[in-house]
Amino acid sequence: MLRLREVSYRYAGYARPVLHDVSLDLASGEIVGLVGPNEAGKSTLCLVASGLAPGSIGGELTGGGLEIDGAPMAGQPLHELATRVGIGFQNPATQLSGVAGSVFEEVALGPMNLGLPARETVARTRAALATLRIEDLAERAPRRLSGGQGQLVVLASLLAMRPPHLILDEPTAQLDPDGTRSVGEALRRLAASGAGLLIAEHKTDLLAELCDRVVVLDGGRLVAAGPAARILSDPTLAGYGVEPPTAVRLERALAARGLDAAVVRQ
Amino acid sequence: MIRLTLERVGFVYPDGTRALDGVDLQVQPGEAVAIIGQNGSGKSTLVRHLDGLLRPTEGRVLHDGLDTRSVRTAVMARAVGIVFQDPDRQIFSRRIRDEVAFGPRILGRSRERVTAAVAEALEIVGLSDVADQNPYDIGTSRRKLLALASILAMETPVVVLDEPTTGQDARGVARVTAVVETLRDAGRTVIAISHDMRFVAETFERVVVLRQGRVVLDGSPGEVFAEPAWPTLKATFVEPPLPARLGARLGLGSTPTEKALVEALAARGGPATPVR
Repeated sequence: MLRLREVSYRYAGYARPVLHDVSLDLASGEIVGLVGPNEAGKSTLCLVASGLAPGSIGGELTGGGLEIDGAPMAGQPLHELATRVGIGFQNPATQLSGVAGSVFEEVALGPMNLGLPARETVARTRAALATLRIEDLAERAPRRLSGGQGQLVVLASLLAMRPPHLILDEPTAQLDPDGTRSVGEALRRLAASGAGLLIAEHKTDLLAELCDRVVVLDGGRLVAAGPAARILSDPTLAGYGVEPPTAVRLERALAARGLDAAVVRQ
Repeated sequence: MIRLTLERVGFVYPDGTRALDGVDLQVQPGEAVAIIGQNGSGKSTLVRHLDGLLRPTEGRVLHDGLDTRSVRTAVMARAVGIVFQDPDRQIFSRRIRDEVAFGPRILGRSRERVTAAVAEALEIVGLSDVADQNPYDIGTSRRKLLALASILAMETPVVVLDEPTTGQDARGVARVTAVVETLRDAGRTVIAISHDMRFVAETFERVVVLRQGRVVLDGSPGEVFAEPAWPTLKATFVEPPLPARLGARLGLGSTPTEKALVEALAARGGPATPVR
């Protein structure tokens, strides 16, 4: 269980906090979607939930804190933190290590740095590449990848570390629909194996398929939380700059014209 | 106004990766074209040929019939502006206003024209109120709009957008859509790479589908997302938008957009019953 308790956070050099009193539980095996308008604080929440803020990037928790499995994470060294929670940044270019000559080495870096034996590292690397169906990229130079391929490689690196909690900031932003589907399947499998996942996404179609719960962040505060189906079809969602899933939009458009909306659900 | 022509264009990266393979494509002045296809299908490589960032290893790229092999990249950049996927690769100024002014300034435009172009570009992407802030004090999504503004300010006849809606919330997508419509109304050519099928179907009059560096479909959204094209789409791992799938199942013909689907259902009248 990863738990944020009434967290308020401000970046170094800024007077005003970006997050206000955010409380969020991420249970084992659960997938929680995080939605909200641009600049609501979603990426910041991801950094705080992964312990990188304030731990690595500075700034200050002006209230509350992060707990994982009952233990406070404040002051935990990065290598401890990395065994408990992983994070995937929005932009793969900022996450690829730049030191690996091939995608295979890139993905192997994570498990290797966890101190796993070589045999286990290789097995996990192969499995992660297979899960995302990118075995054919194994020998490619990470610098030469397209945006979407880079995103899949970053995800493979995270999967190879098998973190008990995983925080993902727009993991499919640069992916084609097929890549998005692969990622969806991989995340569902990861959750089924007991990991707790928090996913910040604009693609509500994906969240509708994937998530148990969805939380809405606006102006740094959680303004709604609940079962995915209920939150994603809530009429107030659009007011937060969140596009409802296609099916919800279509149902509304049909109903507005007095047409039977049941056709969408078949 | 400029007509872009690609003649049997092939491109192989120095490491041997083939990204384009015999691409034939002509884009008329004022067209709005979306390029779709799987990750790694050559979309980004293709558009980098339009402004000379990459030169074809086979075939030719023509600007108004002129082979661009003899044209310097700096000259091609006056005709074609590209907004990249990742804004942080093209932003370097400390003030948003200066970032947007950089392009038209190096093109040698008069001070008045630069000022006017900057104001207009910031207005259309909705960043006027933060013009004096540092680009890194606004979020990534607005930095993407800033990158868009800095290309708009160069007033190139052709504007290329690489994944413009990525990371944008509903309002951001509406902004980008409005930018495309404004450019089209002004007679400028817009070419966009996108995985966002709703944006593609609703905003563009022509859709080009790439697969492994080849053009496999080229037509209106109605044609490209129509049922007969599905096997080709499937082979390129592109899924038609939900309204297109529903429309086909209900026997309504090709309805690539939500609007088209609702209109078709309303026109048919009566309860909607799937035909299969």
